[in-house]
Amino acid sequence: MRSGTAYKAFRVGALVLVVVGLLMPLIWMVAASLKTNVDIYDTSKALLFSPTSENYAKVLDQANYVTFILNSLWVAFASTVLSLLLGVPAAYSMSRFAMKRSALVVLMARVIPGVSLLVPWFYVFSNLKLVGGFTVLILSHMFVGLPLVVYIMMGYFDGMPLELEESAQVDGLTPIGAFRRITLPLSTPGIATAGILAFIFSWNNFMFALVLSGADTKTLPVAIFNFVGYAAIDWGGLMAAATVVTVPIMLIALFAQKYVVSGLTAGATKG
Amino acid sequence: MSADTLPVTGTSGFSRWANNHRKWLFASPAMAFVAVLIIFPVAWTLYLSLTDAEGSVRAEKEFVGGRNYLDVLSDTARFWPAVWRTVQFTGVVLIVEVVLGMAIALLLWRPFRGEKWVRVAILMPLVATPVAVGMMFRLIFDPNIGLANQVIGWFGIPAQPWLAGETSALWTTMLIDIWQWTPMVVLILLAGLTSLSDEPQEAALIDGASGWQRFRFITLPLLMPTVLVAVLLRGIDALKTFDILYATKGKGGGSYHEVETLNVYAYGLSFDYNEYGTSSTVLIIFFLLIIGSMWVLTSRRKADY
Repeated sequence: MRSGTAYKAFRVGALVLVVVGLLMPLIWMVAASLKTNVDIYDTSKALLFSPTSENYAKVLDQANYVTFILNSLWVAFASTVLSLLLGVPAAYSMSRFAMKRSALVVLMARVIPGVSLLVPWFYVFSNLKLVGGFTVLILSHMFVGLPLVVYIMMGYFDGMPLELEESAQVDGLTPIGAFRRITLPLSTPGIATAGILAFIFSWNNFMFALVLSGADTKTLPVAIFNFVGYAAIDWGGLMAAATVVTVPIMLIALFAQKYVVSGLTAGATKG
Repeated sequence: MSADTLPVTGTSGFSRWANNHRKWLFASPAMAFVAVLIIFPVAWTLYLSLTDAEGSVRAEKEFVGGRNYLDVLSDTARFWPAVWRTVQFTGVVLIVEVVLGMAIALLLWRPFRGEKWVRVAILMPLVATPVAVGMMFRLIFDPNIGLANQVIGWFGIPAQPWLAGETSALWTTMLIDIWQWTPMVVLILLAGLTSLSDEPQEAALIDGASGWQRFRFITLPLLMPTVLVAVLLRGIDALKTFDILYATKGKGGGSYHEVETLNVYAYGLSFDYNEYGTSSTVLIIFFLLIIGSMWVLTSRRKADY
């Protein structure tokens, strides 16, 4: 193959460029979060500066971020669990009984613009006096999680041989028993993939919480805006807040890399 | 399917009933959720688009037929510029992300030392919270203290206004989208590349094909279905981009609406101005645009293969 030294050198150079280009902005964000606002304005102190934790202290103490972190965690966790509870059995049925049209309806959710759901939700839920509570937030985030779970799990069940369930039924299990005791335990990697992705997408979701959350139920992506004033931006605080939102998700991606990648590329090679 | 379709006998009544109806028993909770929270809202949007709903959500509204559609479609101040920005944004980021994504995927295709770390780097932008990414690039593209102007300064390029400029703002948001989502295209194409068999490549190599020829006449045609999946997934999301636009330019896509796409426009109409009728009309047209472009892409795919 292309193994000349010139190509090798080019490849290394290009790879370094790609990695630097992708990571530099993130490093810049974390660096700024450790600087005082005076240092941020001093371009000569771009990378050489004495780190401070004052921005994080501000974010965690004064700006009440602990509440927002807990809100984000609760909404993401609850919507993920509910999406899995509804989505996994549905995906199983849709895969085993080839319910193409039903599957298409669930997957349409990926296409519909979120705003067009928000208007009616806002209408209905504000009449039910639910806007600002966790129930609506969790339900709205399931709109992101459920289609993802159905999509990933359908692909997983499609690839699982029927013979296992059939032999379990010959051995005396009912079809639901075979699903519960054979198929489900064997699907753990698929369920982990779907769950991790649903969690990430809920954690990152901004628009639904922007409209549907109240002062006490704000999630992190909405709470970041607390640092953007009309007159001036508190850059240090803003970057610390952005880091607090992003780092947990990046850690998940780091430790569950295999699952995250397989979830993101699910169905890509079926053509 | 034989064992699956056998009726269950010999167990208790409920269990027998549950097993024989498991197809719908399993599927119906999810289907009910979708019906109540997705299909009903879409139908409601369609209905609102035919009314003059505005102000409070409890206010009276009247049926006005197609008047909203006439108003919106003849609005050259906000609506058509928003359509053009949406098309421009989606077109540019799609082309750049697919070309760049293909190049990076080819770089990563064959194993090398440190591969694992490069893959981690590729995953990071992809999972980062879009709003935080928007904030991060607000600092990087700041005209006075940002990293971007420093870097282009090393190459002798004069400082740019980036997000602050009336025309450069949209292009800058495209750069942000490209930074965040090119990795997605890379991952999808890599999955496609690794599933390709080596034999056609080897045959072409024996026949003396050059690297470019092997890519153009073997890899690319074989990879085309995967490329279309990437285009489809990225295209839908690019049309609907909201978070980074709102995070970088705020309400209405900035003071001159310089990054106001259809999604941002519809959001503003609903939640900044409470003009639910007009907003719903914009959303229905937007929805048709999305479905239309998907249809064009998928029908092309069927024609080709």
